[in-house]
This record gives sequence, C-alpha cells and structure tokens, in this order.
Amino acid sequence: MLGKMAIVGDGDSIMVFKAAGVDAFPASDEKKAREVLRRIAGEYSVIFLAEELARPLGDFLKRFDEEPYPVILPIPTGKEEDGYGGEQLRSAMERALGVDILSH
Amino acid sequence: MARLNVNPTRMELKKLKARLSTAVRGHKLLKDKSDEMIRRFTVLLREDNALRSEVETELISTLKQFSVARSVTPKYVAETAFAMPAVAVKADCTVESVMGVNVPKVALSAEKRAEGLPYAFSEITSEADYSVEKVATLLPKLVKLAETEKAVRLLAVEIERNKRRVNALEYVMIPQLEETIKYIRDKLDENERAAIVRLMKVK
Repeated sequence: MLGKMAIVGDGDSIMVFKAAGVDAFPASDEKKAREVLRRIAGEYSVIFLAEELARPLGDFLKRFDEEPYPVILPIPTGKEEDGYGGEQLRSAMERALGVDILSH
Repeated sequence: MARLNVNPTRMELKKLKARLSTAVRGHKLLKDKSDEMIRRFTVLLREDNALRSEVETELISTLKQFSVARSVTPKYVAETAFAMPAVAVKADCTVESVMGVNVPKVALSAEKRAEGLPYAFSEITSEADYSVEKVATLLPKLVKLAETEKAVRLLAVEIERNKRRVNALEYVMIPQLEETIKYIRDKLDENERAAIVRLMKVK
C-alpha cells in the first residue's frame, strides 16, 4: 500500500516540511486541526501533528489507537518541546506495565 | 468464591473437568503471551524514548534555524519558494504482526524531482537551504519514530486487555470451576455412601 504523509500545524514550521515533500495542512487552532484531521485521516497514513495542537485533542486522538493506520505523531514545532510525546509514552507505559522503567 | 449453578451429576462433572483443563491451558498460554509481549514492549519503549529525544532536539534546532531564515525573506517570496517540494516522498505502508498485534511498518523512498533545491538561491538565505535539507534527512527518523510510537501504543492496549483476560481466568474462572467440581464430587460420594448404608440396613 502506498501511503502519503501530511503535517498539520501552523505558521513557519509546516512550510519547511512542505519543501521536504510532506503535504502541509495549516491549522491555527484546535478546532481547525480536528476538522482537518477528520478530513485527511482516511487518505494519509502518516500524519505529523504539532504538539501544541495535539495536547487539547488528546481524547480525539485516542480513537486512532486501535488501528495501525493512520499513524499520528505529535512533534514539537515551536521553540521548545513541551513534552507531550513523552507524556503519551509514559501513560502507555503505565497502562501496560504499571511501573516507570525509563526514569532512572 | 461462588460455585456454578449446575446439577450434581456425572455428566456435569465430566463437562466441567473438560472446561477446567481448557481454562488451565488457556491461562498458561495467555500468561506466556503476556510475558513475551511485555518483553517486546520494554524493548520498543526504550528504543522509542531514545529516538524521540534525539529527533526532538534535532527538529527544534532545525526549526529555529528555519525561522531565522524565514524572518529575513519577505513572506510572499518564502511562500512561493517553498510551495514546490524538492523531493516527492513516498511512504510504503505495510502492516507487521508483533505477537498478534498489527503494527504499522513504513518504508520511505524519496524521488528527486530536480537537482538541488527548488528555488533560486538569490531569493532565499542559505540557512533555509540547510534546514530544508536537514528536515529531508530527518524525515526517515521521524517516520521511524511515528512507527515505533504507534507500535508502543497498540501493544500497551493489547497488554492491558490480555492482562485482564489472564486475571479473569486465574481469579474467577478457574477457582469457580474447581469449587464446582469439588461440590459435585462431594455430592456424588455422599449419594454413594447413602446408597451403601441403605443397602446394609435392608439386609
């Protein structure tokens, strides 16, 4: 299966991805991002999502946890990482193992 | 533990014994599966954690560089320059099975459209060139990260589900069956003793 890649975010950051061959979808706020994701989820198999948009959409993104595709990856696009991806990882770890094996 | 609501007959006893042996075997298999899944999960988790911190720092530095480059070029120039991608990236998406869980597997193949970057060098500063190139090289790592992270999440869900199954078998199903079997056996023995005593009395 040949899949496509997309990035959902705002401002400058998505432009550079566009130049690198990833389809860019601008979304300035949470509501817009939700709309865009709903629209492109079937078509794109790998979707990068700006962390600051992913955080408020946590519950919405859970619905993609059951199927292998699409893969939605929160990535930092601002000046600093806000640790959302790490948090997600930790919560998955807690669900599965019940202990924290990374923090030492 | 409550026993099952069945008649104390030999038929039932036989049926329950068969069910118990299936339950015990199922429990063992599921427990093995759980152990192996957790082992794979921890491996994936560590990999993912290392990859994420690496990618995040690289991405942030690249984006910082890019925003500097953006700020010195007029908006419309930058927009037209970056509207055309330098490479067409194709993602070959397949599904791989890890312990019966379908996880995504993505292979990237880049197709160069034209030599070099898709804009005139006079329009854009060189920082932008670097950052575009950097992102292009970072892309396989990002995809790899996306893939492992999804696998981690899918496995986490499956491990949780499996754990629930194992516990249900271990703490509910098996004790219940054992108790019911014991009850039927006691009842049948009791009947037998009663029959013997009755016969002795008759004689």
